[in-house]
Amino acid sequence: MAKRLELLICTGTGCTSNKSLIIAEELKKEITKQGLQDEVEILTTGCRGMCEFGPVIKVYPDNILYAQVKIEDVPHMVTEHFLKGRPVKELIWTGDNKDEIEEHKHPFFEKQMKLVLSNCGEIDPESIDEYIGASGYSALGKVLSDMTPEDVINEITEAGLRGRGGAGFSTGLKWKFTRQAPGDEKYVICNADEGDPGAFMDRSVMEGDPHAILEGMIIAGYAIGATHGFVYTRAEYPLAIHRLQIAIDNATEYGLLGKGIFESNFNFKIEIRKGAGAFVCGEETALIASIEGKRGMPRIRPPFPAQSGLWGKPTNINNVETFANVRHIIAHGAKWYKNIGTETSSGTKVFALAGKIKNSGLIEVPMGMPLREVIYSIGGGMKTDRPFKAVQMGGPSGGCIPEHLLDTIVDYDSINKTGAIMGSGGMVVMDTSSCMVDIAKFFLNFTQNESCGKCTFCRVGTKRMLEILTRITEGKGKMEDLDTLVELSDKIKKTSLCGLGQTAPNPVLTTLKYFKDEYIAHIVDKKCPAGVCKKLVTFEIDPEKCIGCTACARKCPVKCISGTPKNPHVIDQEACIKCGACYDACKFDAITKG
Amino acid sequence: MNLENLRNIREKAQTVKKQSTEKGQIKLIVSMSTSGIAAGARAVMTTIMEEIKERNIENVIIAQTGEKGLQTKEPIVIVEAKDQPRIIYGNVTPEIIKMIIVEHILNNQPVQKYIFHTE
Repeated sequence: MAKRLELLICTGTGCTSNKSLIIAEELKKEITKQGLQDEVEILTTGCRGMCEFGPVIKVYPDNILYAQVKIEDVPHMVTEHFLKGRPVKELIWTGDNKDEIEEHKHPFFEKQMKLVLSNCGEIDPESIDEYIGASGYSALGKVLSDMTPEDVINEITEAGLRGRGGAGFSTGLKWKFTRQAPGDEKYVICNADEGDPGAFMDRSVMEGDPHAILEGMIIAGYAIGATHGFVYTRAEYPLAIHRLQIAIDNATEYGLLGKGIFESNFNFKIEIRKGAGAFVCGEETALIASIEGKRGMPRIRPPFPAQSGLWGKPTNINNVETFANVRHIIAHGAKWYKNIGTETSSGTKVFALAGKIKNSGLIEVPMGMPLREVIYSIGGGMKTDRPFKAVQMGGPSGGCIPEHLLDTIVDYDSINKTGAIMGSGGMVVMDTSSCMVDIAKFFLNFTQNESCGKCTFCRVGTKRMLEILTRITEGKGKMEDLDTLVELSDKIKKTSLCGLGQTAPNPVLTTLKYFKDEYIAHIVDKKCPAGVCKKLVTFEIDPEKCIGCTACARKCPVKCISGTPKNPHVIDQEACIKCGACYDACKFDAITKG
Repeated sequence: MNLENLRNIREKAQTVKKQSTEKGQIKLIVSMSTSGIAAGARAVMTTIMEEIKERNIENVIIAQTGEKGLQTKEPIVIVEAKDQPRIIYGNVTPEIIKMIIVEHILNNQPVQKYIFHTE
């Protein structure tokens, strides 16, 4: 039961150093002494933001704020206010009372345009009623009562919706090809196998608005003439799978999945297939193989899945975000949708902002927004004091875009021109503390690990490239290595069956294009300008600046710093493990990293 | 399911949404996405349920939602009440949610320090 009075004592750092914890103890004692323990509740709270006026105590339901309370005020306060009901006027805070709700507008939300994410963070993803309340399934109702499959395909084609998985193929055309392909049985697959490091767009939509995906899939099913759909996602997304399954069950219960949807003669069912998390299974033919129970490996196209896909039947595969766009196009019309974005890329795009950026998270912007605006207006700029260096787009298949290209706009064709790709929407922002050779090595290591091994150049070529990059980061590189990297990249791109191999060299190629001087610094000067590559970094003590405080020697985990107090110290370069502990420990800037 | 059923469900859902705050009920929505949960949303949710039960608060509806986007502010709690903008609290801990329940829910005094957005 709630008590008569409630005291909220701030125990933030500021107030605690002003003895708020002792005051809380004193209050407790005094309250018990005066027999009020069953009437007054004491709560210690987090910081209230009034540190310079601490310690502060708020009393409810009287709504009185006491500031700068001292220990000796306690007995008086308890007797007067808590027992007799007469607030102690001298201690009441009379400054800015903040009764009105201040205008809080976070810049993160201002320039966004939410279509795909419109329900994320708004509705309960486990309630089909809330989704319907937000106009959910009305697009499906419209499709099944007033539109022919051809109408639907025309609408999607005219809207200019392009595949959000990364390649950007026209969704309407894909649907049309699958519809026209001969066959009595066809399938719809939702590719939710999101694997790029740093990307979580699909996961968030599945977790926040699963019905939007189902609605898009059912409409696609109707348009192409399929009766069966699969969502292929990874087992490492348990919450997404859980919510998606609830959504499927609820939709089936409401008759939005199953037989005779909206009293038409259209039947559709959806099942979830869980993958084990192999990156290559995001490629459509490998994904199909995985659903069929085979090893996830791509095959030669053509025939494209639209002709011969799952179990040899015509199959339409779209990405999560693509399906989530469908209901908006049907509800508002192709013309409306075409007006958003640019000439060649209509609509919006969801990105996962990560890395050294202030507001990391999930954003949705209209196509055509310059990258600079995305990073500085929405992302809030850099998290650290270090300046911006590059933004990595498109994950392991993408590339790094440098500062001077930040005015590039977000659309498929403009991003492609930089050498990166739109990809599924990962955007990792880097500052000058990132070494571009190391970044290229990181992504290549990823694709090298994830290569299924079918194509020789993807399997062996990426391995050789990785070895070269490793050599360069260890200071053993030669200038010819750069030519070999380019040559291998070209061969891998040309001779790989699937997107994984065809794009694997992109991180190396873009960093070579925009940050060649860093490669040269590693090879010729044997230096890593960002100080990341351990084998190329040396820590040295400047004897002029060192005052012999011994702080570094005490922090060194391998005890390789010698010297006597008040005399300059020396680092034993042979024993040094380049951990940087001394660099962080020095208060006199006497240690140089280079 | 036919179009009329769908319309009925939609209207009912919208009325329920509107009426709940008009009747003086307050909706506490916790962002329960993977990012929210990783940042501690489950502990916040449990604290809300405990506090509501312990204090016998009857006019509160507890709900969950997906990701709002700004991950640096997770766990996020949204408060919807009559005649107030939607108030969004960020970096909420069990300790802070207790504060919000006492000050905002019981005494209608939004805790300014932890609000990062209103809509």
